[in-house]
This record gives sequence, C-alpha cells and structure tokens, in this order.
Amino acid sequence: MSEGVMGAVGAGRVAALAEPIIQVRGLTKIYHVGDVEVHALRGSNLEIARGEFVAIVGASGSGKSTLFHILGGLTPPTAGTVVIDGKDLARMSNQERTELRKTTVGFVFQKYNLLPTLSAEDNIKIVEYIGGRPTAFTPEFVEVLHLLGIADRMKHKPRALSGGQQQRVAIARGIVNNPAILLADEPTGNLDSQNSAAVLAVLKDLNERTGQTILMITHDPEAASYASRTVHIRDGRIV
Amino acid sequence: MNKLIFANLTHRPVRTLLSVLAIAVEVTMILTLVGVSHGTLDSTAARARGVGADIVVRPPNSTVVSALSSAPMSDKLIGVLMQQPHVALATGTVIQGLTFPDSITGLDFATFNKMNGGFTYLSGGDPVNEDDITVDQYYAQHRHLRVGDTLRLVNRDWRVSGIFEGGKLANICVKLSALQAITGSPGHLSQIYVKLDDSKWTDAVVAELKTKMPGYPIYSMEELTSMLSINNIGMLKDFIWVVITVAVIVGFIVVFLAMYTAVLERTREIGILKAVGGSSGLVLELLLRETMLLALLGSVLGIALTYGTQWLMKMLVPPPLVQETVYYWWPIAGGIAVVGSMLGVVVPGVKAVQQDVTEALSYE
Repeated sequence: MSEGVMGAVGAGRVAALAEPIIQVRGLTKIYHVGDVEVHALRGSNLEIARGEFVAIVGASGSGKSTLFHILGGLTPPTAGTVVIDGKDLARMSNQERTELRKTTVGFVFQKYNLLPTLSAEDNIKIVEYIGGRPTAFTPEFVEVLHLLGIADRMKHKPRALSGGQQQRVAIARGIVNNPAILLADEPTGNLDSQNSAAVLAVLKDLNERTGQTILMITHDPEAASYASRTVHIRDGRIV
Repeated sequence: MNKLIFANLTHRPVRTLLSVLAIAVEVTMILTLVGVSHGTLDSTAARARGVGADIVVRPPNSTVVSALSSAPMSDKLIGVLMQQPHVALATGTVIQGLTFPDSITGLDFATFNKMNGGFTYLSGGDPVNEDDITVDQYYAQHRHLRVGDTLRLVNRDWRVSGIFEGGKLANICVKLSALQAITGSPGHLSQIYVKLDDSKWTDAVVAELKTKMPGYPIYSMEELTSMLSINNIGMLKDFIWVVITVAVIVGFIVVFLAMYTAVLERTREIGILKAVGGSSGLVLELLLRETMLLALLGSVLGIALTYGTQWLMKMLVPPPLVQETVYYWWPIAGGIAVVGSMLGVVVPGVKAVQQDVTEALSYE
C-alpha cells in the first residue's frame, strides 16, 4: 500500500481515536467443569478507542484468553455487557456472533490456525469468500502483503512456510476483510525472538499506517511494549 | 470453496479412493443385476420373436415366465390347431432343463424351417441323426465347441452337427423325437408355436382358440414378449430391490465412516472456518459438496466398471444369461448412490455443525 493511501486511511482512523470501539462493563464468565464453577472473568471493565493498539497482559490462567474469546464472539459471556463497534454481544444469537466474526473482527492466533490443505493465498481468499467479498486481491491488499513480507510466498502451503511467515499470513487473513478490530492471541507465542520482533513490528506498523484497531493478548511484557497502551489482567479482573 | 473441497479430498488420497471405489462397487452391483435381468429377458424375448410364430400355446397351469421343463401337451394338438381358420403352420417343441440357466430344446426342424427359414448356420447344419445336436455361437464359444465335437448332455453324448447364429428359439437344439425319447415323453410337447396366413388375424385367432381350448394359456407373440419384463416377475423385482437396499446401506456405511473420520480429523479446521466467520451452513455445505463429489465420482467409476462386468459375463457365464447396458438405469443407480451417501453424511454433518469453536480450536 502506498504512503498516500495508507496515510489517508490512517488519518481518518486517528481522527476517530476518541470513539470507543470496544466497551466492556462488568464482564463475567463462569465455566462449569463437572460440578465445579470456574470463574474465568469476574466483572471486568475495559474501554478501547478506535485506532488503538492495546496489549492485555496477564499470567497464565488470568482470564485473558477468555476475554479474547468473548470479544471475538467465539463464546458468550455469562454476565455483563460487551459492546463491539456499537453491537451488544451479550444480546447476540449464535448466528449474529458468526456475522460479527465475518464482518467486524479479525483473528490472529498463537498457533496460526491456517488451513493446512490450502496455500497461503487460498487461506486468505477463503476468508474473503466467507465475508462475501470478491476473492481477488486489490492492489492495496497486495501492497499490504509486500508490507508483511509474504507477497512472494502466497503459493506455498503452510507447511512450507516458517512460523514467522505463517503468522504474517494469519495477520493478512485477519485484516483482508477490513475488520474494525484485529484480535491477536499470543501472536508471538510460538515464534523465536527474531520472528517475534518482526511480527510485532508488522502489527505496530499496521496500526500506525492504517489505524487498524488491534487488541493483543500476551503474557510477554516485551511484546506488550509494541502496543500504544497496556492493560493488565489478574484473576479475572482488569487492574 | 471448491479448492478447499478438492484439497480435502486429495489430502487423504487413499481414503478418498476407497470411498469412491466402494460407491462405484455399489453402482456396479445395481447396474450389473439390472443389466443381467434386462439382458436375459430381452434375449429370451428376441429368441421367441425369432421363431416367426404369431401365437404360442402353452400347457395348462403354466405361466408366461414359468420354466417349461416338462412336456404335458399331446402332439395331436398340432393337428387340431392346423385345422383352425387362418392357421398356416404349427410346430411343437420339447424343453428339458439342464444345469441353470441352460436348457435343451427338441424341435421338428422341417416345420421350424418352414416357419422362419431355419437357423443361419456359421458352420455345419441341422441335426440329421438322433444323436446330433446344434448350438448357437455363444454356447459354442463358451464351451469351445466345433462341428463334429462331442458334447455330453442329459446323460448321453451328442455330436455337434452345426453352429448357428444366436437369437432364434434356443441355444441348444436337437431333434424333437430324440428329446421326446430321452425325457420319456414320446408324443408330447412343452409348447406349440402357431403361424397364421396373415398376422392381422392374431387377436381373433387367439380369442377363438381360448374358447376352444379352455385352460390353455394362449398368447400372441407380441403379448408373450411384452410380458417378459422385470415388473412381471415378482421375485426378480423383489430381488433387485433387496440388492438396491443392500447397496444403499453399503454406500451409507462407507460414506458415514469416511466423513465421520474426516470430521474428527478436521475438528481444528472446522473451528478455524467458524472462527473466521464461516456459518454452520457453510461447514455443512462443505461436507455435503465433498460427499456429492465422492458419490458422483463413484457413480461414474461404477458405470465404467459395469462394462468390465459385462465383459466378464460374456467370457465366464454361458448364455442365456446376458448382461445388457441399461442406460436409463445410469441416473437411477447414480441417484441411489447419492442418496445413500447423503444419508451417510448426516451424522458427521450434525457433529461438525455442533462443534464448539473454542474447543475445536484447541483440538490437537
């Protein structure tokens, strides 16, 4: 993507920085494991403005992955309100949450989660297909692929790509439908330090150039340092 | 979407190949059975028409499809029939069953030849002696017979006097008197063929004969041959349906196992599709289209394999068992394979649809 195009988009997004795109109030999630209730989230509150790059940092079992799943519409909350881009998640049906994942939220997972039988290109295009968009890359998106450094790896299947390349394909897949929010769950968890730095730099660059809202879950303070704001979560509460 | 379907199928080529092959066997099984049923009945009808008669008189209590392996009718009936108006010629035959599906037919060659010009011989000619036998080219080919060879049937040796072009009356023929003597029924017949001076009188003569010979099943040749169909043979029809049911169950089980395994194996992939916004309908559509492709490939291969079974039938099984290509059964057999396969994907499909996204994504 050219500086001009990126700059224009970025400026538009930055102008709307104050507008919250994620609003979480009193979020509670209780899992039932047999007869035992597991309180993963205990009345958490969070507000993220459009265009922000926020890192949620917490130890294992702190509830950050549960927060990721709820914000992504992958699982419903037990109580509380979660408003994503003006839509209340708690009131959504399964079908509406599917629609939210299709149109509003993009995902980057720790384990990349690319479809192993498809090439990198088809992994991205199938998301375009699901989103009801034409499955041909626009010139702007091709520039994004260059920015991510994977433009020449599109014909390869995931097993032929390094972990860092797979994660960058996953990022491209996550943003191909122009979602309002990109959720990244431990995006560097499976990468070495060099690839981690490269992926985090890509996310930071993406946020700065396009104003893409990014919410990154991590346990690594160094990874969190790439974000513009860091939020800590402990024992199911945002502190 | 199509790429994903092809990629999924080629990802496990052995499983895909076995599934396609199993569906193909299902289709081949149906088409072979239907082909043999149609072929055998059609060749029987063609041979009956080849006699050149207009009317057939059969023994009391026999039906159009019952095997004639006795000679209960007196040959004096020939004289009676010859006296009827418009009857130009009448000739009787004796039929003796051999090992299924063969039978040997005794006939009066002189009258038979007048009725239809006789057999067209590829070598040799009509039997002259009481121990002469003549066979059609299919039987000769199957038994590797030539004129002059000895053939042992009904506990006696016969000399092959001729090999004729098939498609007329029977596959194995001897002189009427010879077979009457062997079967202990001199002066008796299994059925009588009647030729009229003009075929336009057929219905009228049949009606007249029915009044004069009550109890004798009397058919016009047209009626007789039209009744030689699967629908008129209850047991055959039932048998075909039993085979079709078995085929559907086989297809169901094969696809069920293949797709169930595929759904289990692809739990994570299904989770990924759902995570990126794929609906349950999309996941189900993916499985249905994949199954449909398996069923269609299996059907095409099954149809192709039917030509193989046709060749095997020709090489290994003696006439009158003949396998025809019954084209209108191709889509029916394909449809049956598709239905069986679609039933097989229901449970795996429901399992895939019901998979929880977060659990699926953590599946190893």
